[in-house]
Amino acid sequence: MTTQSTQAQSGATYTRPWRRALVYLILIAFAVFYLIPVYLLLLTGMKSFAEASLYRMWDLPAGLHFDSFYKAWFGSKQEGFRGLGVNFLNSVYLTVPATILSAMLGSINGYILAKWKFRGSDALFPILLFGMFIPYQSILIPLVQVLSKIPWFGGSLYGTIPGLIFVHVVYGIPITTLIFRNYYAAIPTELMEAARIDGANIFGVYRHILFPLSMPGFVVVMIWQFTSVWNDFLFAVTVTSSPDVQPITVGLNNLAGSYIVEWNVQMAGSLLAALPTLAVYIFLGRFFMRGLLAGSLKG
Amino acid sequence: MRRITWERVVAILLISPSVLAIAIFVYGFIAFTAFASLTRWDRLLPDFTLVGFSNYQKLFANQRFQIDLRNTVGFTILFLIACLAIGFLLAFLLDQRIRGEGFFRSIYLFPMAISFIVTGVVWRWLLNPGNPELGATGVNLLFEKMGLGFLKWGWFTDPVVWHIPPDTLVGQALQQVGLGVLTTPAVGVSAGVVSLVLAATWQMSGYTMALYLAGLRGIPDELREAARVDGASELQILWHIIIPLLRPITLSAIIILGHISLKIYDLVVAMTGPGIGFSTDVPAFFMWDTTFRGNHFARGASIAVVLLVMVAVLIIPYLVWSTRSEAEL
Repeated sequence: MTTQSTQAQSGATYTRPWRRALVYLILIAFAVFYLIPVYLLLLTGMKSFAEASLYRMWDLPAGLHFDSFYKAWFGSKQEGFRGLGVNFLNSVYLTVPATILSAMLGSINGYILAKWKFRGSDALFPILLFGMFIPYQSILIPLVQVLSKIPWFGGSLYGTIPGLIFVHVVYGIPITTLIFRNYYAAIPTELMEAARIDGANIFGVYRHILFPLSMPGFVVVMIWQFTSVWNDFLFAVTVTSSPDVQPITVGLNNLAGSYIVEWNVQMAGSLLAALPTLAVYIFLGRFFMRGLLAGSLKG
Repeated sequence: MRRITWERVVAILLISPSVLAIAIFVYGFIAFTAFASLTRWDRLLPDFTLVGFSNYQKLFANQRFQIDLRNTVGFTILFLIACLAIGFLLAFLLDQRIRGEGFFRSIYLFPMAISFIVTGVVWRWLLNPGNPELGATGVNLLFEKMGLGFLKWGWFTDPVVWHIPPDTLVGQALQQVGLGVLTTPAVGVSAGVVSLVLAATWQMSGYTMALYLAGLRGIPDELREAARVDGASELQILWHIIIPLLRPITLSAIIILGHISLKIYDLVVAMTGPGIGFSTDVPAFFMWDTTFRGNHFARGASIAVVLLVMVAVLIIPYLVWSTRSEAEL
């Protein structure tokens, strides 16, 4: 039966080579469309300052120059703008703890909602999930008020990286809980029951059964949170006002909005901002995809 | 059952910090924003004198907000059409036993990993039309080099707003039935919005492709086979079998993309700003601008509530539908 179906399939497709060629042509044309901005980023970043004319945008560079990256990272005292190096590191200090905390919280919530259902837990789930779809504009005003009233080392959480971590962990609860709940729901309850007969309690089941099986779940959730925290702009620009604590998205937007910064430096800065999440995508693409599909609930 | 009651208490205790956080930071904060939108709070120092719905009245009479709503609607419609069409086309083609499928798939999907800020900065330079004296730049320059110079235009710097022309047959008919407003720039799409749609589609159409591809892979070959045996053409199979079976995916995609487009903010900030005559302004941008730059907190809160209502109308039925059908399984 299978041979028959492949024969029919090849009969429908391979007998018309021009149709095959057209399919590849369209696929390649779209690949070019998606790659053009990256090509421009790389090309411009590698040009020397003398070559970086807007009107020769598409010309290949004469040689390899990393001056633009240097300037984007360190800034320029003479021209009076700050580099993105500080912001890049801020993003690291922000993203790493926020991702780990989010994943841990999501794992616990997912475990309870999948395996320890209580009265009303199924109704609770969509109520939690709604939090990931809201436009965050609808909570920003009280968020700023409340953060500036939570004491933190002589000041308040407002305007600090820990404040921003806190915000990302709280608003990350819905998506991380969703992914872990669906992940744990797929693990057979029989496994859990066997452990319970052996005397394991709610913590023991998690530690000895669920957690050792959780690695793929953690990878998916951590990639998702890493990408969304690294790429976030709205919370960052609202919660942090000093350039010393601002993450890279805010730093890049300030750099690009300044008329004194050459455009090739802006392009190099964009590449710096995109690099970590691109690297994650390139090396862990399979898991990235799973997170994306989970985000659509019914993927 | 009685023996394990303490564990049920522990289970509830374990999840309660998260539930409490969502109760306060989502629902409590929304309630506060809704309350603030009914007050006179118009400077840094809070003023909670209630003024009823007058902030909303003023908001809907505000010309900038009217333009914002027009832009959001135009952006959402064009963005949805572009993403669904490109996403479906690419998924359908990739499903034809393509050599190097994984390679194409990763290229189509990688923009999803990048922040809207980076996308905005890059596309601002790509769509920078250049200078009449010094020459074309960006995509216009590319057009010129390919001998397609006639395609050059101002992109987001062009102040044009496309709308139904009042002097055409359709336009005249609309005016006669009292819908003359549809033939004015008040109901139209600005060149700036079209430019934003181009960048946003670049970023999100690969995601739509991934959704559709997962859906196509779920359709058993036997179904198509049976239709072929019955003498259906490939086009008939597409129209009568594949597209109807993908309807739930299309619905999911519309809701996910639709709520992203209603909330779009970062891309506007990095790529165009509010634009000339607010040609690329959106409610999310207006909200941030008026609240945190202008200190018009009550007005900002009322924009936020309008945004939330628009998103909720889209999302709540979807949440109910998808969590319920999950329970049925």
